[in-house]
Amino acid sequence: MDNFVQVLIDGILSGLLYALVAAGLSLMWGVMDVINFAHGEFLMVAMYLCYWIGEILGIDPLFSWIAGGIFLFFVGALTYKLIIKNSLGKAAMAPLLATFGLSMLLKNFCMNRFTPNFRLLSGTIMEGKTFQFAGAIVSVPQLVTAIFSLVVLLGVYWLIKKTRVGWAIQATAMDKEAAELMGIDTENIYLLVFGIGGACVGVAGGLMTTYLAVHPEVGSLFSLIAFVVVALGGFGSIPGALFAALLIGLVESFTGFYVAAVVKYVAVFAIYLVVILIRPKGLFGW
Amino acid sequence: MVTAMFKNKADKLWYGFLAVAVILPFVPGVIGGSFFGHVATMILLYAAMAQSWNIISGYCGQTSFGHSVFFGIGAYGAALAVVNFNSLPWYGAPLGMLAAAVVSVIISYPCFKLKGHYFAIATFAIVEIFNRLFMIWDRVGGALGLDYPILPDGWKNFSWSETKNGYYLGALAIFVLVFSVVRWIEKNRMGYYLKAVRSGQETAESLGVNSTFVKLSAMALSASLAALCGAFFAQYNYRVDPPMVMSLDMSMKFVLITILGGLGTFWGPLLGALVLIPLQEYTRAYLSHLGAGVDLIIFGLIIIIVMIKQPLGIMGIIRYFTKRKTAKIEGDA
Repeated sequence: MDNFVQVLIDGILSGLLYALVAAGLSLMWGVMDVINFAHGEFLMVAMYLCYWIGEILGIDPLFSWIAGGIFLFFVGALTYKLIIKNSLGKAAMAPLLATFGLSMLLKNFCMNRFTPNFRLLSGTIMEGKTFQFAGAIVSVPQLVTAIFSLVVLLGVYWLIKKTRVGWAIQATAMDKEAAELMGIDTENIYLLVFGIGGACVGVAGGLMTTYLAVHPEVGSLFSLIAFVVVALGGFGSIPGALFAALLIGLVESFTGFYVAAVVKYVAVFAIYLVVILIRPKGLFGW
Repeated sequence: MVTAMFKNKADKLWYGFLAVAVILPFVPGVIGGSFFGHVATMILLYAAMAQSWNIISGYCGQTSFGHSVFFGIGAYGAALAVVNFNSLPWYGAPLGMLAAAVVSVIISYPCFKLKGHYFAIATFAIVEIFNRLFMIWDRVGGALGLDYPILPDGWKNFSWSETKNGYYLGALAIFVLVFSVVRWIEKNRMGYYLKAVRSGQETAESLGVNSTFVKLSAMALSASLAALCGAFFAQYNYRVDPPMVMSLDMSMKFVLITILGGLGTFWGPLLGALVLIPLQEYTRAYLSHLGAGVDLIIFGLIIIIVMIKQPLGIMGIIRYFTKRKTAKIEGDA
């Protein structure tokens, strides 16, 4: 029973983290029908940023995630300006492939500059802190990251559903031309969507530096999981992404514990394939 | 007959290129054991790989990111025959091709229901599943992979250690096979079916094209040719392991070479390989003092620029200069 609770908690905590990583991707995909292949590398950039802030300035990731979010907001917006805007609508997969090029560029630049070594911040405030809950051990940094994820997700959800900007984003997603006729500057909306998407993954990356090591390949697995989460949840749906991320987190931790650690991602991707074949547009898609 | 063969410009180019490629290994010192020989072999191999992908994704419009699975199955086919069964790659390769075709049909039949990005992500997931399954499958060497034993040189074992002309000729044979298949498809009824499905599945179906059959047969053909390239790759590297052959990076090589050269064109895969492979091999050899990954940084930059400036790739640039009008229409569409 203790094991069960432990595995359940681990699954929920990693699921919430996946939700935050995937939320930005879901937004970009939903509003613009663009897959940002460099999403995992955005995460890596944020992690390196917060790692170096911690290493050089001695600021704890508990605070420097703000810098990660802000920096990645601009990285996202810049990516839109320079790459997405110029490749959108040219060929079917042009934005996807262009961002794949960007991901190669970022990943190998970090490989070249920072070596492939794993880097973990030591001496952070929450380092190694745990507490007992219902017989299970909960890691504090993971819990804090998960709570932040929920807060950020709720914030983005509120922004999209309740504010004028959010309505403009929704309108642009539904029908770009009609939105333009209503006086919405869709160009700015796209820029903003990419910025918000980048900021979400920036916050996630910043928080992750408290308990995960950063290395040039760190983004690869996270971006694959983010793609799966978004496609599973149905594009553009933040609640869908949250639900799918929790599902993926739980599948991962339960198969990792009860079957074998090596097959957990096989199970994750297999579940995805099964669901997507039954509901081709995802659980919450339309 | 001969005049008919050289009727148009494309034919002339094709046979001219083949003549040069065939003569090369017989000029002493050009291929042999030289670095240029290695690069030339890789160009032919990657061009053939990209062309096999081009059948399903270029001509038929089903963008697959899962071709490393079929490539890997072919590689494991040859390697298992040699390493585990003390047999010859000549038996393993056809079996691998057959297995890849069967697997591709089983995977694709349900996945073809998915549209656009959903299909692309499903193929990513399939690569990850296969990669991890092969990692834990002890019969095929697991994460360590399969290492070839030392075998005598020659065509029987398809291995050479001193002069590598054999590998070059092998790659050339595969290259000619794959490109000839595509030439045949282009001129045949099948080619029109593929293009019809690409430009509009519903329309094609309404005109009596069995789109499911067309897509599945194109996928099976494409997968088996990719598997053949994989078998060669295993022979050439003398080992095989899951990250080497069944990974997203390998899948992306199929995609990026074709995209750079020109998607859905006959010459695209060759042009893409002619640019990217020398870039990759020579930067790796001569820019290594700049540190790891310089070749991939340049590679990434080229992909971004091509996608922004000319999504039709090198063929788009060539068309722009030869027939300004057509390139413009297709490029800006």
